[in-house]
Amino acid sequence: MAGLVSKSTSNTSTYAGLGPLLMLPSWVLIGFFLVLPVGMMLIYSFLTKEFRGGVIWEFSLAAYDQFFFDRGLFGDDPPVIEWTYIKIFWRSTWQAAVATFFCLLIGFPTAWFIATRTGPNKSIWLFLITIPYWVNLLIRTISMKFLIRDTGPLNEWLLSLGVISEPIHIINTNFAVQLGLFYSYLPFMVLPIYASVERYNFSFSEAAADLYASRWTTLTKVILPFVKPGIIAGCILVFVPSLGAFLAPDLLGGAKNFMIGSLIEEQFKGNAGNWPFGAAISMILLSIVLVVLTYYARQQGKEEAR
Amino acid sequence: MANKLDLRRFPGFLAVTYLCLFLLYAPLIVVMVYSFNDSNSITNWGGLSLRWYGEVFWGAEAAKFKAAAINSITIATMAAISATTIATLAATAMLKAGKFRGKSFGFALINLPLMVPEIVTAVATLIFFSAIGFTTGYFTILIAHIVFCVPFAYLPIAARMQGIEDVYEQAALDLYATRFQAFKLILLPLMTPGIISGFLLAFIISLDDFIITNFVKGAGIETLPTAIFGSVKQGIKPNIMAISTLLLLVSVVFVTLSYLVGRMGQNKK
Repeated sequence: MAGLVSKSTSNTSTYAGLGPLLMLPSWVLIGFFLVLPVGMMLIYSFLTKEFRGGVIWEFSLAAYDQFFFDRGLFGDDPPVIEWTYIKIFWRSTWQAAVATFFCLLIGFPTAWFIATRTGPNKSIWLFLITIPYWVNLLIRTISMKFLIRDTGPLNEWLLSLGVISEPIHIINTNFAVQLGLFYSYLPFMVLPIYASVERYNFSFSEAAADLYASRWTTLTKVILPFVKPGIIAGCILVFVPSLGAFLAPDLLGGAKNFMIGSLIEEQFKGNAGNWPFGAAISMILLSIVLVVLTYYARQQGKEEAR
Repeated sequence: MANKLDLRRFPGFLAVTYLCLFLLYAPLIVVMVYSFNDSNSITNWGGLSLRWYGEVFWGAEAAKFKAAAINSITIATMAAISATTIATLAATAMLKAGKFRGKSFGFALINLPLMVPEIVTAVATLIFFSAIGFTTGYFTILIAHIVFCVPFAYLPIAARMQGIEDVYEQAALDLYATRFQAFKLILLPLMTPGIISGFLLAFIISLDDFIITNFVKGAGIETLPTAIFGSVKQGIKPNIMAISTLLLLVSVVFVTLSYLVGRMGQNKK
């Protein structure tokens, strides 16, 4: 997140020459316990599965083959495209996109409103937005589940107020998952947009107003292009974790609304596990995320070059 | 001036902001309120009571939650201390050691845990530990936690360090202090608010983690989130709401502390 939002620049050099030494612990830690493991995962995705978890060290394309092709029950039919897993990826992408859209819809006005506050109130508003982010995601998801159950408080109140005559069924629907993802990552949308609006110079708005632009023209033609980097950063910060989310689909979506996270988890838990397949799905997910992040880095590069 | 203020204002944005806060807080407040519900069913309201808090500490699942809480707290403490130390050294390198080879690469590496989706990190870590023949358990959870805590500790530490000019350390060096002394006696004391703030954030991040812990924990060991998740799989019980409320309060207290400590440092400037 830090890398997406801010960049550090400093020319001071009290400890010149010690840089690599000071960086060593973090390099060793992250290199050894994150970069190397991702490399191992890549290797595992090309190995043969062992029943009851684990792998046999024999090269195999079976994991990727299983993802993309269906070769019938005995594996000797001519391959046809297997849609099951592609559909799960498509559904995850769609769910994440919908959640991102609603986060933007609510997040932009909120970020704008907070960024244009003056005085000490501003940091209090901002703090109120950040608190939920630091509250345990599991607890937040459980809270949402509790609230929207068929017999939960939301339905009870709506019933007692007479708004509805029978409980609305929300839990275990696609909408519940979208709501859960929206709720999980909303603060991620507000913060980068807030940072962008902070840097906006309001003389542009004045200039636009002087030239008889209406408020909404100013918003769409002047302000939005300026804060676009913040909006893109916010969308990525919501979309990427939503895509691989596990808790919201698992707790709110039920068995029918499977997403990538649950599919991966299933490969490593219990006896039905298939480690190479799980590793392959993770690699595919990681590739998609890297494509999105590269696109973002390019955009940022263009913005800076401008 | 009135015109300028007017340009900052859009009709409905205040309402959306209130809606945003409402959406963020409503589920949490509902759970907090219902954790005081004196009723066996989670649906009906049976008056105020602390019985479910009693259930958390002395009830049927109390032993399980107590063990999980001890694991969570000890892991979070050790992970936060390690991550803060590593992040402080890294921030010093990034901000106070001039240019060196691998600097931008190093910065990318520190932020890598934020870029890789959590579930992918979880899978990779599990595969790695299993491949090198490490038994999953307390130690694997701790290592995994240190890794993803580093970027969170780095944030406030680097932010603080950016605000410290190096005239103080240069003065120390002019007076024949070694660079180690300058670091220990000048930079570290000035950095204290940032370091505390980083420690607190890393602590919460570790305390909150579910997905990675769930993958690398192995059988027979639980942290609070995995224990709660296991319990919720059989349905939400009132004691879960009580323990959730407690955990929620811990997070809020720590974030508030981190925020206040961070601001305290800024005000001195």
